Amino acid sequence: MEPYTATEIMALTAGSLVQNNDILFAGTGLSMLAATVAKRIHAPDAIVFFETGGIDPSLEELPLAVADPRVMVGTSVNSGLADALSILGHPKFRTIAFLGAAQIDCYGNLNSTMLGTYENPEQRFPGSGGACDAASLAYGIIVFMQHEYRRFVNKLDYFTSPGWLSGYNSRREAGFLRGGPMAVVTNLGVLKFDDITKMMYLDQYYPFTDPETIALKTGFSLDISRAKKCSPPKEDELKMLRQEVDPQRLILGPMPG
Amino acid sequence: MTDKIMTARKAVDTFIKDGDQIALGGFTVNRNPMHIIREIIRQKKKKLYLVVHSHGQGMELLIGAGCVERIELAYGGVARFAPTGYLFKKAFKDKTIEVEDYSNYQMTLRFMAGAMGLPFIATKSGLESDIVRKFGFSPQIRGKGKIPEHKLKVINDPINEDGGKVVVLPPLNPDVALIHAQYAGEKGTIRINGLSFADIEQAKAAKTVIVSCEEIVPEDYIRQDPDRNSLAHFIVDAIVPAPFGAHPTACHMYYDYDPNHLNYFKKIAQNQDSFNRYLDEWVYPFETMEDYLTKVGFKDLLKIKANSALGYAPGLDRR
Repeated sequence: MEPYTATEIMALTAGSLVQNNDILFAGTGLSMLAATVAKRIHAPDAIVFFETGGIDPSLEELPLAVADPRVMVGTSVNSGLADALSILGHPKFRTIAFLGAAQIDCYGNLNSTMLGTYENPEQRFPGSGGACDAASLAYGIIVFMQHEYRRFVNKLDYFTSPGWLSGYNSRREAGFLRGGPMAVVTNLGVLKFDDITKMMYLDQYYPFTDPETIALKTGFSLDISRAKKCSPPKEDELKMLRQEVDPQRLILGPMPG
Repeated sequence: MTDKIMTARKAVDTFIKDGDQIALGGFTVNRNPMHIIREIIRQKKKKLYLVVHSHGQGMELLIGAGCVERIELAYGGVARFAPTGYLFKKAFKDKTIEVEDYSNYQMTLRFMAGAMGLPFIATKSGLESDIVRKFGFSPQIRGKGKIPEHKLKVINDPINEDGGKVVVLPPLNPDVALIHAQYAGEKGTIRINGLSFADIEQAKAAKTVIVSCEEIVPEDYIRQDPDRNSLAHFIVDAIVPAPFGAHPTACHMYYDYDPNHLNYFKKIAQNQDSFNRYLDEWVYPFETMEDYLTKVGFKDLLKIKANSALGYAPGLDRR
């Protein structure tokens, strides 16, 4: 078995959650990899668009930013934020957004703004960008997280982007027309949300870890009873990711070992 | 030549005052109006009130140089070079700036509302979040000057009884919008290539519009293909010729972002002394693009020169 890194299996796993014909809202970093992976492996008709206005670019070189000139080439349309962000909530489209965050709670609500408060700030993150918009308006979101106790929290320091709010039917009752988190892809496994309670549970764990370790790294009580072991990445997929998607390892980082 | 064409020094001196509300065009690492921003720093403008969606390098410089008092924004970062801008982060933690958080769509809608003369604009984005529940600006300053009386309000859909809650947002009409474009006609018709971000909405919403550009072309030339133009000439108040004027950020079809410079900036931005030395080395001495570009050097400029088929520099080492 070819050794692989957590980032590599994250990108491939997240990519596999995409369906052909999905309209993907990609951010920076891992989400760029996952979207590109999906398009090259099993969802060639998936459309990738960026909040900056780049609609379905050819992505011959990996963009490092949503405003990278690489999102402006081979596009169907080059537009702007108003146009791109209005696609998110269009009821005609199954728009799936990839988002990252600094903190997540058990209902998939996200913090990408700060730790502490405006009065007593402890740490500052970039802020919503388009994350709150995607979480509010898209058909669904897939979240990338580093699986750490301090990031999987009972209560967010700042609530930037709405997930399932307080579970059950609360999202619809709050006035949202659709959406909600579909999955959380971490460096240890994949978490999903219960159909009824909308609480997070462990769906899959990577071959190099186990459900108990993951529960210990989660700051809230996590249902691990439904967890299945995930298969390691296929060699041809790994090769494609390394040789075609991110040959400079700009996002993948160092090779394994 | 028309009287709109002027140097950065004259444009900033004529149109930007301490305390002005300023919309910055561009997005994180692309088409930041850097030449104008460096001139603002040279003229030591103070207490600026920035209104941006996702801003990067330009905002970092202005904050670090002490020109900024408050910001309404959705995102403060320089992509992978600084996922959260170091100078933004520091100023936020030290509370040397006041920050109000919105989302990208909300900020874009606010510029659009300003441009269209709407009293407010509504969206579903942000319901139940801390964006609608928490406030960064102190209540004492609300309603003063350009600061809206309310950050936003959550109301019942006033049209559709079954529509549930909506977020209503105040419009933005900045004193000045700063845009960097590829082309300007002599009379001010502007053509932006590639993504326009929210530059067009920002320019239309603003009282005064300063556009720096890669090239000034004859007005009758830019009017031969008006389908491709972005802004009508009379919207623009000042045109500043500035080849490579967005450096170290990118300008589609002209040059890529400059990874060498942005990686260097990332290092120096982590400490005020080294940032001040950066200003002494890269900002204060160079009033013209010619002098600034001499400092950047041919070698680095050629590395980032865009391929004319792709619009970026293929194979550029971006590590």
